[in-house]
Amino acid sequence: MHDPSATDTPPKRHLGSWALIAAVVAVTVGTFGYVGGWLAPHRLTPKRIVDQLQDNAGTFAGYRRNHAKGVCVTGYFDSNGHAQAYSSAEVFAAGRTPLVGRFAIPGSNPYAPDSSVPIRSMALRLAQANGQQWRTGMNSMPVFPVSTPQAFYDQLKAQQPDPATGKPDPAKVAAFFAAHPETAAFRAWAKTAKPSASFATENYWSLDAFVFVDSAGKRQAVRWRMVPEATDAGSDVDNSGNPDYLASDLAQRLSQGPLRWHLLVTLAQAGDPTNDATREWPADRPTIDAGTLVLEHTEPQESGPCRDINYDPLVLPDGIEASDDPLLPARSAAYADSYLRRTSEEAHLPGTAVAQPKPEAK
Amino acid sequence: MTSDVKTFSLPARVLHWLMAIMILAMLFIGVGMVASVSERHDWLLRIHKPLGIAILILAVVRLAVRLRHPPPALPADLPAVQKLAAHASHWLLYILMLAMPLIGWAMLSAGGYPVMLSDSLRLPPIFPTSPVAFAVLRHMHGWFAMLLFLTFLAHMGAALYHGLIRRDGVLSSMVRGEKKAEMIEPVEVSESVTEPDTRP
Ligand code: HEM
Ligand code: HEM
Repeated sequence: MHDPSATDTPPKRHLGSWALIAAVVAVTVGTFGYVGGWLAPHRLTPKRIVDQLQDNAGTFAGYRRNHAKGVCVTGYFDSNGHAQAYSSAEVFAAGRTPLVGRFAIPGSNPYAPDSSVPIRSMALRLAQANGQQWRTGMNSMPVFPVSTPQAFYDQLKAQQPDPATGKPDPAKVAAFFAAHPETAAFRAWAKTAKPSASFATENYWSLDAFVFVDSAGKRQAVRWRMVPEATDAGSDVDNSGNPDYLASDLAQRLSQGPLRWHLLVTLAQAGDPTNDATREWPADRPTIDAGTLVLEHTEPQESGPCRDINYDPLVLPDGIEASDDPLLPARSAAYADSYLRRTSEEAHLPGTAVAQPKPEAK
Repeated sequence: MTSDVKTFSLPARVLHWLMAIMILAMLFIGVGMVASVSERHDWLLRIHKPLGIAILILAVVRLAVRLRHPPPALPADLPAVQKLAAHASHWLLYILMLAMPLIGWAMLSAGGYPVMLSDSLRLPPIFPTSPVAFAVLRHMHGWFAMLLFLTFLAHMGAALYHGLIRRDGVLSSMVRGEKKAEMIEPVEVSESVTEPDTRP
């Protein structure tokens, strides 16, 4: 009961129909290829950012592609209930929320000496009783160098070591900064910043803005920061010769008791930039002390509970939402790509990088 | 499992076209979001998860409908290879439309993520946390998606072949209802048998 001409007459008979079918399939494949980025090579993708991180520092199987060197910590957040007026998140109701955290230094080399950068970072995964989570990654500086993922990528490219010298080309770095005046505030900070002797004495800033939503649905743009209770200048142990002094200092301090920070939440006013992590908000903005972060234990990242956590800043509980900051979706996408690479390496999947032993200290 | 009916039942046809749109959308949303660092990544992922779970639920309903209302038989004169290809690809499509959302759900569970379908709606984990399982499932999600896309292309190409070239009523059995199809189909068929040379 079919058209006999389909088989009985030469295919020329249905040329138009065949061409139409081929065209429909081709257009579908083409659109798919464009949307998926294969036919749009200039689009900035998570893969290109993470590839660039690897190009700059090398590939270290199993480790994070940025903030590769770090240690795990565990403890809890003790909320005093003050932030509840602004956010309905369970974590802000008075009481404790357990957490797994990670201190780290930026850079993609897990063996870099702690003195190689002046920045330290703190990442937290707070697990609410209702099953929702709050994940946050914070850095120890008040402003970020750039405000867009493209600029972040361009900066990485400018800082890629020259194969001849093993160092970034100063001309390229200078050209990048000249083209990006928004980096001025960060560079001013970096000029005076010294690598600290301890994770425990640092402030950690969310940098990106977020939105608190209260139980009535009212929205409030915020940034937060962890302010340490420890304010000493650092351990009196001689650190020269120990490239991993931050981990040693942390373990030594925690052996004497928990370490504490206060979670300070800054409330934006109309007009404060929520989409620009290179600009601080005016100092007079109201700030609430939402509670105390208490860290009790530390473990090496190779075996600790933070190893397999992706501190994706967009894993948020009901009551906290992303702002319009363009860095946030880029972080979420790039962290997912980095996480897939390192878990694939842990699984020894074919085609993934193979773990190398830690190089001997020079 | 076929029957002597000429067309698919109304629920089968509604589910087919609804899910066709949803699954095709999911494939484009999926590849689009993982290739983007813009806010698209975030909002597409917010659509991707609930839409994927909706597909899982509808796929179960659809299988039940298929068991209750067996589909019409393929044309008797269809070459055996094509019949085999048709049946195999249909089962592959069913398997993938069930497997894709289950893998998505399982991989987020294995990765230790809360499986959030909205700001507050959370599904329980269906897999123990394990980085190895996460990696394997995440790659499966990507490869099975490509297989689903290729199967869809073949399916769409075959449907158009039936509709434009063979004109054997296979395409119309998924487009039109029993009554209409009965009226139209014989005309189509006789037309194609009696005057094969008048069409362009
Ligand atoms: C577009 C901009 C950025 C990109 C592309 C980027 C990229 C990355 C990547 C790929 C990782 C490794 C993630 C993993 O494997 O789990 C990472 C870690 C991290 N990033 Fe970023 N980052 C960006 C901006 C920021 C900003 C603004 C902050 C600070 C507020 C930040 C703080 C951190 C921290 C704290 C970690 C370490 C998390 C951990 O300890 O696991 N990043 N980043
Ligand atoms: C019919 C159902 C589904 C289809 C066709 C589908 C399709 C896709 C595709 C094509 C990708 C991109 C894969 C790649 O290029 O690597 C993807 C990624 C993803 N899918 Fe699905 N998916 C489905 C269901 C789900 C469900 C139910 C969930 C979760 C509950 C889910 C979660 C994800 C996640 C988390 C990603 C990766 C995002 C990232 O890495 O940034 N998917 N999906």
